[in-house]
Amino acid sequence: MHSFLGVLFDGLAYGALLFVISVGLSITLGLMGFNNLAHGVFAMAGGYLLVTLISKAGIGFLPALPIVFCVVALGSLVLERTLYRPLYKSTPLNQVLLSVGIIFVATAGVNYLWGPGQQPVVIPEWLSGQYAVLGLDLSRYRLFLMVIVAAITLALVFGLERTRFGAKIRASVDNQRTAESMGIRVDRVFQLTFALGSGLAGLGGALGVDVLGLDPNFAIKYLVYFLLVVVVGGPGSVFGTLLAALLLGVADIAGKYYVPQLGAFIIYAAMIILLLLFPHGLLGRRKSR
Amino acid sequence: MNAILQTRDLWKAFGGLIVTKNVNLSLAPGARHALIGPNGAGKTTLINQLTGVLRPSSGSVWLDGEEITRIPANERVCRGLSRTFQINTLFPQLTPLEAVTNAICVRERTRLNILKRRFFRVSRRSAVIDEAYALLEQLNLAQDCLVETHTLAYGKQRLLEMALALATKPKVLLLDEPAAGVPEGESDELFEVLNTLPKEISILLIEHDMNLVFNFADRITVLVNGEELVTGTPSEIVEDPRVREVYLGKGH
Amino acid sequence: MSDNLAKASRHVSFLRGRERWKSAEIAFWLTLVGVYFVFPSSLVFASQILITGLFALSLDMILGYAGIVTLGHAAFFGIGAYTAGLMAAHGWHDPFLGLLVAGVTAGIAGYLCSFLLSKGGDLTRLMITLGIGLLLYEVVNSATKYTGGVDGLQGVEIGKLFGVFGFDLYGKTAYIYVLIISFLLFVFTRSMMNSPYGLALRSIRENQTRALAIGIPISACLTNIYSIAAVIAGIAGALLTQTTQFVGIDVLSFQRSADLLLILIIGGTATMYGGFVGAVVFLLAQNWLSNLNPQYWQFFLGILLIVMTLYLRGGILGGFSRLVNLFRHWRNKEHS
Repeated sequence: MHSFLGVLFDGLAYGALLFVISVGLSITLGLMGFNNLAHGVFAMAGGYLLVTLISKAGIGFLPALPIVFCVVALGSLVLERTLYRPLYKSTPLNQVLLSVGIIFVATAGVNYLWGPGQQPVVIPEWLSGQYAVLGLDLSRYRLFLMVIVAAITLALVFGLERTRFGAKIRASVDNQRTAESMGIRVDRVFQLTFALGSGLAGLGGALGVDVLGLDPNFAIKYLVYFLLVVVVGGPGSVFGTLLAALLLGVADIAGKYYVPQLGAFIIYAAMIILLLLFPHGLLGRRKSR
Repeated sequence: MNAILQTRDLWKAFGGLIVTKNVNLSLAPGARHALIGPNGAGKTTLINQLTGVLRPSSGSVWLDGEEITRIPANERVCRGLSRTFQINTLFPQLTPLEAVTNAICVRERTRLNILKRRFFRVSRRSAVIDEAYALLEQLNLAQDCLVETHTLAYGKQRLLEMALALATKPKVLLLDEPAAGVPEGESDELFEVLNTLPKEISILLIEHDMNLVFNFADRITVLVNGEELVTGTPSEIVEDPRVREVYLGKGH
Repeated sequence: MSDNLAKASRHVSFLRGRERWKSAEIAFWLTLVGVYFVFPSSLVFASQILITGLFALSLDMILGYAGIVTLGHAAFFGIGAYTAGLMAAHGWHDPFLGLLVAGVTAGIAGYLCSFLLSKGGDLTRLMITLGIGLLLYEVVNSATKYTGGVDGLQGVEIGKLFGVFGFDLYGKTAYIYVLIISFLLFVFTRSMMNSPYGLALRSIRENQTRALAIGIPISACLTNIYSIAAVIAGIAGALLTQTTQFVGIDVLSFQRSADLLLILIIGGTATMYGGFVGAVVFLLAQNWLSNLNPQYWQFFLGILLIVMTLYLRGGILGGFSRLVNLFRHWRNKEHS
């Protein structure tokens, strides 16, 4: 029973991280239908930036987080302008190829600059160690993760539902043509959403160094996970993404804990079955274009 | 009357939204029937149910005395129900000759054994290619039939739409706004082609251009909010007060 | 009327000209024969290039001609490779029987998988192909008892061709064997792509809505071509097993599916030869650059992909044919 609760706790923390990284991809995919496999690159960039800020610039863990968010968001804007934009109306194949190219360049570049090894991160003392709650040892860092993710989710939901910009995003996801005819500049909305989503991915990557690990193969290793969260959750749906991320996190950790000999088998099998049952995502809708 | 194409109590709803409400359409053989109505009246949804892209919620569709409600879209084409699209829906990188030859090969495919269909070159079927060329010539596309479709002028692409539909040798042809987007000067060519279509083909025309509708059709159905408002001859439609109300608004 | 007929037959000859064997094609295959005599010491590598080219040809059938994007095509290559390997390790040493069974097994797998691809959007489909590939890798990886897991399948013994020609260390027999099988499968594929069926496939790639509206049974066509492509991928995998007398688990890896996609894109899709040209360029460049530094290779490949998708669509053969057109255009101007 205790081990079950422990697995559940770890799984939720893991799922929460997947959510922060993937939610941007979900919204941009719902918005533009761009098959961006390179989203993990932004998370990886966030991780490496955090490690470098702490070890080279001597900045603390907490103050480094907002810096990571802003730098990754700004960097993604440059990529959006130069590489992504020309291919919005292109075929899925071209989009896939472009993003695979970006992954390769990023992987090779990181490998060259930081080397092939795992990057260590020093977590501040007040975040390391465990709380004992009802006889369970809960990692402080994972609790901290969940609190942050809960805050981000609330902010996102509030932002999407209650602000003017959020309304524009929802209108654009719902029906691009109508939104355009109502005077919403969908490309501008997309640009900002892309930056925001990439910034969040960077933040997720930074927060995840201690949980997911960080090496040059990060973007490829977790590619399936990010895409899975988005596709299963239904592109464009924040709640769907959250649900899918938590489910996937718990399922993955549980699988590795209880039936380690099956390896990643469960995840892939679950993915195929879920996709066949819900080809448009758990909470996704068919888009009418 | 022996209708060539008929719908019986056709009904389609998306959730709470009813887009086709008890439509009973009937085309006599050789008919020139027009379907008009304001935007959002459900004309294209109706066409999609006729062609099999959408399945109706209830009611049935009949072609030449046989029910086709549950028959897949491609099979309906083989049985003689063909269509054109409001927005050009062509094969951009094929030449018109290849595209029409393709359509004829598909139509004739049951006459060939699988080996010939699979492994004999297209060019060995000169009768088919000749037929394709003759059809293209008939539609004034002969000069352009060896260049890729995406390089053709818009008006020529509209004609190719028609050529592809005709290549399937339809009994019933559904024309979804054939003149959409064609500039004033170029539309004459299109009208001429419409008027020379063989009488054996029954035609259902959807069109906004009233000039074309009244010149072409011998019967007109007005569709409003998914419902058949009235069906009659062009002169009956012009006289009908309800139609005037829909098109001109109250007070006229 | 007779004038019309004369014109019409001009159009028949236009299509005939497209489908004829061109001198460049004959030169291509003669060059491959020439390799046997000119590079006798690199025949093992040359066989691998040919096998990769054949594998890429099978991808071209579904990606280039039918327009299905897949990230899991290695699944069928791997099924073929393991089928041939397991047969040879359990007493059935005849190479032709191995090819046959491997092709049939992969084809059945392809047929079954094709039904999973009928739902959802492009991304969903992409994920399903990816998932099938990864799943199969995990299955083979954990079934160590039968497959050898990460260590690969040992004890693959291939008998003599027709009971006469044994596989030698320099890969001479293997090269000729691979060349002949590749050529036969190429002719098979080529005639299929130039047939009414091939034309119908291309039209599905161009526009599904219209293809349906002229009466093409799209899902049946796609199921069909997916199975045939799987058969050829399976045979390519079996050829690799038979010529190397070993099966490594990397035949099923994601890397192989991704590399294959790149090979075809670099070579040019829907050209029949794109896969072979891409395989030559890709494997030679990989060999050369990875020897310098593996990261250089990956970096270079990434840049190449980005530049190609943004500026150079159509790959090597696409670019080449554009150059030829440009040249013709220029010459016509000179003449007039």
